[in-house]
Amino acid sequence: MKAFTYERVATPAEAAAAAAKNDGAKFIAGGTNLLDLMKLEIETPTHLIDVNRLALDKIEATPEGGLRIGALVRNTDLAAHEGVRRDYALLARALLAGASGQLRNRATTAGNLLQRTRCPYFYDTAQPCNKRTPGSGCSAIGGFSRQLAVVGVSDACIATHPSDMAVAMRALDAVVETVKPGGEARTISIADFHRLPGNTPHVETALEKGELIAAVTLPPPVGGKHVYRKVRDRASYAFALVSVAAIVQPDGSGRVAVGGVAPKPWRIEGAEADMRRGAKAVTDGLFADARPTHDNEFKRTLAQRTLGSVLTEARG
Amino acid sequence: MTDPQHWDPSRRDLMVSVAAAAVLAAAPELAKAGAGLASESRMPTYAPVAFTVNGEARQLEVDTRTTLLDALRERLHLTGTKKGCDHGQCGACTVIVDGHRINSCLTLAVMHEGSEVTTIEGLGDPDNLHPMQAAFVKHDGYQCGYCTPGQICSAVATLAEIKAGVPSHVTEDLFGEMLPTDAEIRERMSGNICRCGAYSNIVEAIAEVAGRRA
Ligand SMILES: Cc1cc2nc3c(=O)[nH]c(=O)nc-3n(C[C@H](O)[C@H](O)[C@H](O)COP(=O)(O)OP(=O)(O)OC[C@H]3O[C@@H](n4cnc5c(N)ncnc54)[C@H](O)[C@@H]3O)c2cc1C
Ligand code: SF4
Ligand code: FES
Ligand code: FES
Repeated sequence: MKAFTYERVATPAEAAAAAAKNDGAKFIAGGTNLLDLMKLEIETPTHLIDVNRLALDKIEATPEGGLRIGALVRNTDLAAHEGVRRDYALLARALLAGASGQLRNRATTAGNLLQRTRCPYFYDTAQPCNKRTPGSGCSAIGGFSRQLAVVGVSDACIATHPSDMAVAMRALDAVVETVKPGGEARTISIADFHRLPGNTPHVETALEKGELIAAVTLPPPVGGKHVYRKVRDRASYAFALVSVAAIVQPDGSGRVAVGGVAPKPWRIEGAEADMRRGAKAVTDGLFADARPTHDNEFKRTLAQRTLGSVLTEARG
Repeated sequence: MTDPQHWDPSRRDLMVSVAAAAVLAAAPELAKAGAGLASESRMPTYAPVAFTVNGEARQLEVDTRTTLLDALRERLHLTGTKKGCDHGQCGACTVIVDGHRINSCLTLAVMHEGSEVTTIEGLGDPDNLHPMQAAFVKHDGYQCGYCTPGQICSAVATLAEIKAGVPSHVTEDLFGEMLPTDAEIRERMSGNICRCGAYSNIVEAIAEVAGRRA
């Protein structure tokens, strides 16, 4: 691990100011992704700003009837929150399907959204990777790509976003609240938060350098039956091959977001119009522009079958 | 780990860093280009941290890179906590911090100012075993024993999580009563890998402490 200086901050304004002052700075929350990557020298911040003492660890009701989740709320606490379990079960289920008990106790809302890909070549510093070293090439294209993305990809990168939580947040129309280094606040819809790779796969989100996530807001509950189904190589403590987050209303309409298939939680609102016609109609829409590799073509079929079983469960 | 009190930068180290600084000054665009070259000139930085370990107040001056795991093992010589993968993938380093089990390999010591840390040594000792330690012995919940301290810390916290009503991936009703069934124990303990495959005996040990069977 490369050496770095370290400071603790007490307020979002202090955090933003510290980020503005230090060019090579990064925020550290749970540390469960950042430290992993720092040990491998994939991330090499010169300065760490510890945000764990910011008072952003609360879940509050919003005046509109939704929930405002502080950036520092731990994944365990978010999944166990009564209002989340009652009104946003999709989110509780997605969180509980991720990582391990130990990791969820540390992992934070903001850190989870910003976790980086699990592409094996991104982790292997001996291999070219456009995300890790822009312009060096993509080892996954033409390499071992079973786990990687089938849609939303580019010629520069076919990595997936690995978060379970973010898939549920996408289906729930979450909004990310931030504070820029200059101190001004803004909001970014979850749909616009993660970016597709294009020619710049190292740019992963709409955040500016040094921009702090303060909270994630959920709109008022939409009701319906919530199902999160994660398919993986072992029953627990593994990333998704494919995951489906669905909200199904009594009349058969609803929402679907898919994880494990794209560089961001994959949802196409237009495809949801076909919910009543069944899983194939929806996944045909979701994967209309898919560009799978020979190794990961199976993900389309897997997503369709997973959604089929989710719809059966939701209507049952 | 270099002890800061005894850290004595050698003439060579200093020359290397001076040389690197000179290169950086001459080619600032290279310095900006990435961590590669710029990082060569980085000197370790140290910071003080104070926390409680197994009820005892401890104060350390650590290289900021020191994980909680390395602080416990290398600096405080509490070697019960094990390093398996050092990447959050095995659970051997599990300790209980402020009541929650965490992977001590993926957190920095300096992030734990004021924390209360409990390691396997703090749960019990050979003359006064914690009930979970005793149950692991009784049920042969290990072979080589390397994963065991992490398993036991995780197990103690798992039962506390069930009691506190924290749901898991296999909990059918998010509002139902949380019970320490085998399925619940297996899912909640999935962050602790055992290369010896002592899993079935580990589940029995935990179930016994949960009061499910004798
Ligand atoms: C073995 C293993 C298995 C895992 N399995 C899963 C899984 O199955 N599903 C899943 O979804 N995840 C999984 N994870 C990933 C885990 O969920 C993430 O590591 C975790 O959510 C990251 O949160 P953190 O708070 O620890 O982030 P950190 O590591 O602290 O930070 C991550 C990034 O977010 C930035 N950041 C943090 N807070 C803020 C903020 N407030 N504002 C701006 N930037 C911020 C940091 O600078 C850093 O770039 C796994 C991880 C491991 C190690
Ligand atoms: S898919 Fe993306 S992350 Fe993986 S090697 Fe290619 S550029 Fe890197
Ligand atoms: S050593 Fe920490 S999880 Fe393996
Ligand atoms: S007892 Fe050997 S690894 Fe678990």
